[in-house]
Amino acid sequence: MILNTELNLPAPDDFYDELIALHRGLNEEESALVNAKLILLLANHIGDPAVLRAAMAAARGGATPQRE
Amino acid sequence: MMSYSHRVYAYRRSPDQDRGVVHHPVIVVGAGPVGLAAAADLALRDVPVVVLDDDHMVSVGSRAICWAKRTLEIFDRLGCGEPIAHQGVSWNTGKVFHRDELVYQFDLLAEHGHHRPAFVNLQQYYVEDHLVERVSSLPAADLRWMNKVVGVTPQAERVLLRIDTPDGDYALTCDWLIVADGARSPVRTMLGLEAEGQVFRDRFLIADIKMKSDFPPERWFWFDPPFHRNQSALLHRQADDVWRIDFQLGWDADPDAEKMPERILPRLRAMLGANARFEIEWASVYTFQCRRMPFFRHGRVLFAGDAAHVVSPFGARGANSGIQDVDNLVWKLRLVMTGLAPERLLDTYDIERTAAADENIRHSTQATDFITPKSAVSRTFRDAVLGLAKRHAFARRLVNSGRLSVPAVLAESPLNTPDADRFDGAMVPGTPAADAPVTGPGSKWFLEYLRSVFTLVSFGAPVPADAAALLFRDPIRCRVLQVSTSAGDTNADSQVLVGDVSGLLATRYDGRPGTCYLFRPDQHVCARWRTFDLAAVRAAIARATGNS
Repeated sequence: MILNTELNLPAPDDFYDELIALHRGLNEEESALVNAKLILLLANHIGDPAVLRAAMAAARGGATPQRE
Repeated sequence: MMSYSHRVYAYRRSPDQDRGVVHHPVIVVGAGPVGLAAAADLALRDVPVVVLDDDHMVSVGSRAICWAKRTLEIFDRLGCGEPIAHQGVSWNTGKVFHRDELVYQFDLLAEHGHHRPAFVNLQQYYVEDHLVERVSSLPAADLRWMNKVVGVTPQAERVLLRIDTPDGDYALTCDWLIVADGARSPVRTMLGLEAEGQVFRDRFLIADIKMKSDFPPERWFWFDPPFHRNQSALLHRQADDVWRIDFQLGWDADPDAEKMPERILPRLRAMLGANARFEIEWASVYTFQCRRMPFFRHGRVLFAGDAAHVVSPFGARGANSGIQDVDNLVWKLRLVMTGLAPERLLDTYDIERTAAADENIRHSTQATDFITPKSAVSRTFRDAVLGLAKRHAFARRLVNSGRLSVPAVLAESPLNTPDADRFDGAMVPGTPAADAPVTGPGSKWFLEYLRSVFTLVSFGAPVPADAAALLFRDPIRCRVLQVSTSAGDTNADSQVLVGDVSGLLATRYDGRPGTCYLFRPDQHVCARWRTFDLAAVRAAIARATGNS
């Protein structure tokens, strides 16, 4: 499997709404925790290491590494 | 008040100290678990060995406490497994808590039909006492306390040592030097060698307490418990009602202050309850590291145990891997010393055990990153995993409170003969032998029949008696162990018959009529076939000993 970056969401705007709504009323720390759980749940559902690696690379793309 | 009083092992003047520079075939530096195991293994193979230790006592404090199944099996081979397993506290179950909830529990030995449990907890000083007793009973071993190595000079064909004693110094030479003098290895330093790696920025308080308690013999690990917020804690039961407790303190903790009873007691009271009755036996604050030497063999100097590699304590991969080092090294060294194998066989000690050390360091580092997250985002993911683990099975596998020691599978070793036939199951070449109950002339356990020499285990169809006799008479001896489905009995020196009455042995090895497994003297599979072929067995032994 390769990472599908074509549109795959049946109702993109509704999904986006729900994603933002998920964080309503949470502070930054709580939001970060929810996001992390979401990533873990989705990653486990996907399972395929190649797809996950491609998604991680795409997500990281453009971010400049901080000097340690 | 200590429940254990340290036996003092007396310094005795050796006749060597009055006789110029005496030569010995093998000298072991360090009488800890690793050095003592090396000495026992050598002496059992009739190799004379001198052990030098700079102290006259076994370790102070419990230190290494979790002895893994494989280590117990090696101790069995060395003849001291029973007293250690008997005195220790057996356990197979680990529980992980997050805050005040049980997140999950694991069983490290889910199947029955093994002689030894996943772990036995026993204070290091007791294990050392048992090993000292074993080594002292072997005429080929010469244990010298208060003999501190102060100089090491590798020479062309030998190693020269200068040794300090209460009677002044003397010198010895040896053909082979085994260095097992611990994480700070003075001998390594004298040779200008280093162990390279990573130091973790965290501190842990470790305490032994004496307490009568109904806690079960299990490993309990807490992330962020109510009694020690934002840190982790670990509880282990040891022999004599002594309990090991680890508290994570963080990098900013003051190691000297945290060692004081007035700092330790409130922590223990918070954990154990205000009414718990206990005494502190020993406490220490430690940091830890994951490091190894780039090479474990330096000519005639061979490094083993913590001197060669160190890991964090989570996972019990320190002393256990050191014992496996020795298990791997000694049979090879003996073959080289007797001229039956070329010196390059010792390079496979380095190849196999550096690979094992890397595996241990990888597991240990991963556990440490989970227990001690290095960044805010790492901490967030850690907490997310713990938050999901209670309800979602997949997340339990991500929780890492230490991946507990399992022996390395030497799958990439050049000593293995690659499979030509098809096999199912886990016993690929390089795997340490799996145990199973058997009936036979000696023990009730399969591993007890794999005794320090090459062993060909044949399922069902018997190996012809003349072929078995030839293998037994080869310069590198190989014994045949015939497995039948009925009760076993002895046939001859060269061939022993055991019965696989439960069928577990055949299941674990995918053994069908005709299947043969070749085990090395350290009980690792090095070749297997679906039918017996004398030439193939001899070729595999040659390969496993560096003779091809």
